[in-house]
Amino acid sequence: MIPSNFTYHKATSIQDAIALSKTHGEEAKYMSGGHSLLPMMKLRFASPEHIIDISKIDGLSYIKEDGETLKLGALTTQTEMEYSSLIKEKYDIFSDSVKLTADPSVRNLGTIGGNIAHGDAANDQPALMLALRATVIAEGIDGKKSIPIDEFFHGFYMTALDASDVLVEIQIPKAKKGSGGAYHKVERKAGDYATAGVAIHIELDGHGTCQQIGIGLTNVSAVPMRLERGEEILRGQKITEDLIKQVGKIASEDAEPTSDLRGSEAYKRSIVNTITQRMIRLALERAQK
Amino acid sequence: MFKCKTSPEVGGMGHSVKRKEDARFLHGKGKYVDDVKLPGQLTMVMVRSPYAYAKILSINKDKALAIPGVLAVITGYDLKEFNLHWMPTLLSDTQMVLPTDTVMHQSQEVCAVIATDRYVAVDGAEAVEVEYEPMQAIVDPYKALDKNAPLLRPDKENQKDNKIYHWEQGDRNKTDDVISKADVVVKERIYLPRIHVASIETCGCVASFDKDTGKLLVYLTTQAPHAIRTIVALVAGHVGLSEEKIRIIAPDIGGGFGGKVPVYPAYVVAIAASFLIGKPVKWIEDRSENLVNGFARDYHMDCELAATKDGKIQAFKVSTLADHGYTDSSANPSKYPTGMFSICTGSYDYEHAFAELDAVYTNKAPGGVAYRCSFRVTEAVHAIERMVDKLAAEIGKDPAQLRFENFIKKEQFPYDSPLGWTYDSGDYKATLEKAMDMIGYEDYKKEQAEKRAQGKLMGIGICTFTEVVGAGPSKDFDILGIAMFDSAEIRVHPTGKALARFGTKSQGQGHETTYAQILAEELGIPYTDIEIDEGDTDTSPYGLGTYASRSTPTAGAAAAIAARKLKDKGKKIAAHLLEVSEEDIEWEVGKYFVKGAPDKSKTIQEVAFAAYTNFPEGMEPGFEATHYYDPPNLTFPNGAYICVVEVEEETGAIDVKRFVAIDDCGNIINPMIVEGQVHGGLTQGIAPAMYEGIEYDDEGNVLNGTLMDYLVPTAVESPNWETGHTITPSPHHPLGAKGVAESPTVGAPPAIANAIIDALAPLGIKHLDIPITPAKVWDAIQAHK
Repeated sequence: MIPSNFTYHKATSIQDAIALSKTHGEEAKYMSGGHSLLPMMKLRFASPEHIIDISKIDGLSYIKEDGETLKLGALTTQTEMEYSSLIKEKYDIFSDSVKLTADPSVRNLGTIGGNIAHGDAANDQPALMLALRATVIAEGIDGKKSIPIDEFFHGFYMTALDASDVLVEIQIPKAKKGSGGAYHKVERKAGDYATAGVAIHIELDGHGTCQQIGIGLTNVSAVPMRLERGEEILRGQKITEDLIKQVGKIASEDAEPTSDLRGSEAYKRSIVNTITQRMIRLALERAQK
Repeated sequence: MFKCKTSPEVGGMGHSVKRKEDARFLHGKGKYVDDVKLPGQLTMVMVRSPYAYAKILSINKDKALAIPGVLAVITGYDLKEFNLHWMPTLLSDTQMVLPTDTVMHQSQEVCAVIATDRYVAVDGAEAVEVEYEPMQAIVDPYKALDKNAPLLRPDKENQKDNKIYHWEQGDRNKTDDVISKADVVVKERIYLPRIHVASIETCGCVASFDKDTGKLLVYLTTQAPHAIRTIVALVAGHVGLSEEKIRIIAPDIGGGFGGKVPVYPAYVVAIAASFLIGKPVKWIEDRSENLVNGFARDYHMDCELAATKDGKIQAFKVSTLADHGYTDSSANPSKYPTGMFSICTGSYDYEHAFAELDAVYTNKAPGGVAYRCSFRVTEAVHAIERMVDKLAAEIGKDPAQLRFENFIKKEQFPYDSPLGWTYDSGDYKATLEKAMDMIGYEDYKKEQAEKRAQGKLMGIGICTFTEVVGAGPSKDFDILGIAMFDSAEIRVHPTGKALARFGTKSQGQGHETTYAQILAEELGIPYTDIEIDEGDTDTSPYGLGTYASRSTPTAGAAAAIAARKLKDKGKKIAAHLLEVSEEDIEWEVGKYFVKGAPDKSKTIQEVAFAAYTNFPEGMEPGFEATHYYDPPNLTFPNGAYICVVEVEEETGAIDVKRFVAIDDCGNIINPMIVEGQVHGGLTQGIAPAMYEGIEYDDEGNVLNGTLMDYLVPTAVESPNWETGHTITPSPHHPLGAKGVAESPTVGAPPAIANAIIDALAPLGIKHLDIPITPAKVWDAIQAHK
């Protein structure tokens, strides 16, 4: 439970972080909250020679609406999300999720940016970002880039970020009237990674027709997964109980869970079906308020 | 109910005084073994095997030794020079300290790296190059019995197969006969999987050998410091360590639960390393090491319970296969290889029983830690309590009613059980009635009927257990031949304050408070004026330690009797001071007075002062007493636990709605501490019932060796425990007390399992092994569709 030797660098700015990364190349790894990286280092699954601590960079921790966009600074902690009045008031999907992520001491340090930059389908935020059609803003050697979330996750622990890219901001379409979201995961005990989790974002028009729908799944595939086939069923429709059941069934079919200590593949497919239905109902109820 | 004899200020038995030790724990001032820092101290880290079964072809130390700060790499061959590479176990088996040619389980110690600091030592451990030739591990104990199974222990003379021992108790033929003729026989194979104690503080030691004085000082997280001293003297006597030169100090301990009874190989290596190097060597187990070594349970029990068609129990038979890993290193101090398993006949009155057990070797960590239970009581209670519920379901009788009809009656005590125990006391009917009243049993039965009519799954589970604790009488117990007494030594100072020392060792039980309360009860000296000291073999009297809920039954009794010796001496002094004859002196708590003249009196403090200043002619001065207590019998606490659950059919989710625990542990010393013990124990009971279990793959790899996957429940998972008591004093204990700490761990799992299985009964599910998780429930529901 002791990591191998590494050199610690404290980055004072984004540019400083990028310069440090450029100097140390593939042997360097950015750390924000460290709550995914450090356990891997302690178990010696990861042994980066250089740790570039970006957590002290000023100005990357914020939750604000700007025009038609909700902007989340990448270093915003899960706890800051949990207690934000803006989030509480308008973005139920985040309120649902941060409470279920790990435990308070992890949430105090773990950041929203780190949670998705880690590229782990077991983390909670990737499913939300997929459901919300987020855009990831990163800065690297070649300057600033904007990555649609659908192009962000490449594989197990692999993302569109280059080694020197610092994830600086997450942009999400602002909540509007008629929109609602929900997230739930089944976990074996408090603080566990999801056995299966589902994030739903719904936008209704004035007639109650589903204009936009996002469905993200947690920990039922190697790469964070958006349930496209399920979204197509609901988009442009009045959401009925029958359609909800159809989408649940699709979720159980399209998810790619494997049997492990969290349960059998069949159990996970069943769970993802159930939670998908329940979260669509909850998101719909919230959108109709 | 128990009536307090002392004022709250004196704080004798029955007072919920706050724990004296808590201020230092809450302020972060506890001193644990990892807080020990001796001058020149080195650190040791173990290299462990990635394979469950492999030949060691070579161990190359060069790269490790090239790291600055790495001083030595110790292998089995290094220990072999001193004949220390194997050690005996308590049950006459042998265990490797470090291997020379074969590793027998995943994470077995392969060699030790000694370095100037822990970080360097861990790097050194990673740099040691070990070449293995993996072999096919035996993981399934039933496969270990195959004729063609490889012989796992060829090192043992006369070992022809993988069996360790066969044990049996009771009349096989008669029991089989009764079962074959019975109206109803229910059968089940019940498995209790391996679990960890997962104490917050892992194991560790600091061994310090002084070459000039020839003395060995070991700070050790041990529940039994004196026994360890004797074991070290016996195991290492041949290298010159004799018992008077060995001092074991058990400092504050962050949870023991049986996991800190055994001697782990790393202790021996640390002691050997310090002996050779002449410097202190510290070894602190990390969390991962703690979670893959040492285990409890792992019994596969084939049970048969026979009854008349009305549900009168006639006979119980259980045949068990026990998976002991590669050696039988069970921390079992009884004279029976299966410990107290023969308590498996339970709280019920019937004549015929037979229990047998075969123990086998597999490629798993060795063990037999008695996790918060007197050895194998948890397994025994789970077997009988599941089977009684199964019988109730089979004949369609209410499980509470079935129990009432079969209970041993209050007037039958002392009761000789079919497998040879003499239960001391109990009022099982009253205890279950109290639990049923408290939870509102009849209302829940009605609610259950309504819910079932709506297709909802609701279950009520009962466990009415009898425990056997307080090891123990010398006829049943010994460690290396040493009888399992325990001891108390009281010194009352001239000012009337006292120091009392014990052979036990608290790991959170609150001894510094409860022992002081026992002495306050007996002597009338306020508990706040009495210091309690344990754990240092140079200063405390010899005793066998704290486990098996034995501290109150043994050392607590010793305290009471030592105090009574003092009281007798005090009476003589009081007579002298009051100038009357001894026969004219009477005692009330804290005070001697002249019969018929209560204002002519001397307090215990005045008498203590006189013992040093103004004692009768010819009397030995001083006010001290010691007692070693060999209990005449064990104590048999009992309880009635009732659990109500709801299960969601769609997801398998289990909601524990209520849990009521009524314990009868005889007279209670400190109700608040007992309450705390019960809460902790119940949480450690829901753990194996719904969360914990060590999982292996076919290669013998532990699949859940971290706290991410080994699911220790937290406050979030714990239901609101509702507790209560009936009090049936132990007739043979000087204070009428019984042990309590293990009852909830033993009693909770079957209550929870019975409740969940009862909830699933309408679907045709008749049994599930623990841990019963939502995933397991869901799978079972699908299988019964």
